Amino acid sequence: MPEDLSAETVAHVARLARLELTPEESETYASQLSAILEHVEAVRKLDTTGVPETSHALDLRNVLRPDDLATSLTPEDVLSGAPAVEDGRFLVPRILGEAP
Amino acid sequence: MSGPTSQGTASDPSSMPETAIEIAARVRAGEVSARSVVEATFARIGAHEAEIHAFTTLTGEQALAAADEVDRKVAAGEDPGPLAGVPIALKDNLCTRGVTTTCSSKILEHWVPPYDATVVRRLARAGAIAVGKTNLDEFAMGSSTESSAFGPTRNPWDLTKVPGGSSGGSAAAVAAGFVPLALGSDTGGSIRQPAALCGVVGVKPTYGVVSRYGLIAFASSLDQIGPFATTVSDAAALLESIGGHDARDSTSLAVAAPRCSEVLGDGVEGLRVGVIGDFLNDASPDCSSAVRAAAEVLAAAGAKVDDVSIPELLHGLSAYYLIAPAEASSNLARYDGVRYGLRVDGPDVETMNARTRAAGFGPEVKRRIMLGTYVLSAGYYDAYYAQAQRVRTLVARAFARAYGQFDVLLAPTTPSVAFDLGAKTSDPLEMYLADLFTIPSNLAGHPAMTVPFALGEGGLPVGVQIFAPALGEREMFRAGVVVEAGADPAASGPVPMGSVDTGAAGGVR
Repeated sequence: MPEDLSAETVAHVARLARLELTPEESETYASQLSAILEHVEAVRKLDTTGVPETSHALDLRNVLRPDDLATSLTPEDVLSGAPAVEDGRFLVPRILGEAP
Repeated sequence: MSGPTSQGTASDPSSMPETAIEIAARVRAGEVSARSVVEATFARIGAHEAEIHAFTTLTGEQALAAADEVDRKVAAGEDPGPLAGVPIALKDNLCTRGVTTTCSSKILEHWVPPYDATVVRRLARAGAIAVGKTNLDEFAMGSSTESSAFGPTRNPWDLTKVPGGSSGGSAAAVAAGFVPLALGSDTGGSIRQPAALCGVVGVKPTYGVVSRYGLIAFASSLDQIGPFATTVSDAAALLESIGGHDARDSTSLAVAAPRCSEVLGDGVEGLRVGVIGDFLNDASPDCSSAVRAAAEVLAAAGAKVDDVSIPELLHGLSAYYLIAPAEASSNLARYDGVRYGLRVDGPDVETMNARTRAAGFGPEVKRRIMLGTYVLSAGYYDAYYAQAQRVRTLVARAFARAYGQFDVLLAPTTPSVAFDLGAKTSDPLEMYLADLFTIPSNLAGHPAMTVPFALGEGGLPVGVQIFAPALGEREMFRAGVVVEAGADPAASGPVPMGSVDTGAAGGVR
């Protein structure tokens, strides 16, 4: 069995991913992610010297269109799925510390 | 080419349903009303949905209203569209204005999109009738539909088996005879694998042929919408109605939908078919022998068949399980409790975000977000993600080499027939292996389809997969329709659900 990811690493990744994990979940993912990473070791060992990266199957280009007027979603439509709304805007809990 | 034989009338719920092409022809001719077709559809769904659980939402009222509009057009002499009155099921990751779109996730359980996906608009324009949204693995992450937050879908061939995934609800809805057509999405095999396990036709088009506007993103460089159908010709008709350039998707190709229907009678004389030998060793005997038998069918019809070795394709699985979670971890960052979906309150924004995501996402989605975030994080990016992207190049180059010699390639769709519910849920790696043969075409952006061909272990259907190079849909369908003609007719859906002994088969072993 591969060595599990450390508790610190799992906590760090969960913080980056904005996921609150229970202690049980953290333990499970530490061992499961290790097993998956172990499985992909073969890919890490492939010789890819000089091989370019493919981020996309297509040859992507910028797509431009004429700057024409067109209808879009109404503000009511855009806000219709929001958990909390105030004065036509998305409402969230405080972002910074308490105001002075 | 002779048309498929009619198996019953659309207005008789006890009879086997017709193909989409037959239904559309009769509705357009005024021989049968779209309303009666839709009523018969809901009668079939009502009789068996409790056992199958193909749907997350049924939209009976909207379907009847749409059917009445088709009937009005027919009566008024207006063109009701090529798919007039044909019932269709939509995977529940396709946005439908005014109809809940859940991705089978608690985080979107009550979300009602304010707009339609492009494919939904195009289907309405073609006269097709959307009857409901189908169950999927949560956010399309899975190969069995068991990671749905709303419970698994069952395989109509055997209710103790999975239907495959992630588009398991769409595959089961077609296999159960609820609808002749359905749409799914395929990121690593999510159309082809469930189609094979349910004995129906499934197509992943070339990346960019079908607009992704309104498809809830999983891994944007791999996702593609495509058809489920009971026949190759129905799948071709559906692809023609949904494909073609869309200004709302910046990755949409500037090409028209591939016209595959018109080449279905062309045969395969001289078509160069390569059998991917590397895959046959990793498939169960029933799945690999089906590929050999399909190759013989193509050879007998005049194709030039030979074996080809493309070992690089087997590295696709590992590259995929780095690339897809990486893209998913980025795409799913949007579910933060602010603009839509679930919110679990907290004292500050970051705590609210983390609590919302903890409560809203299921275990498989969390696992992939964690994996994707890890491989993209500082210090690991080059070792994992960038290396996977280089392997993606190797897969594309290996395909290009093979397509110097061959027009289409033949392979198993799945390593085995449908497996037991619960058999792989405790081991994520074991589940990921179900996509071994389907993933390479997603990495390369190529089209691929599965055609039901034979009955394998336990009397369950086995699919044969056909690969083609980018925009090679017409050659792929030419091969597909010949394979279909040589297949065991008993291996393809719809399953006669009336004969299913639900008392015995419904129990969990």
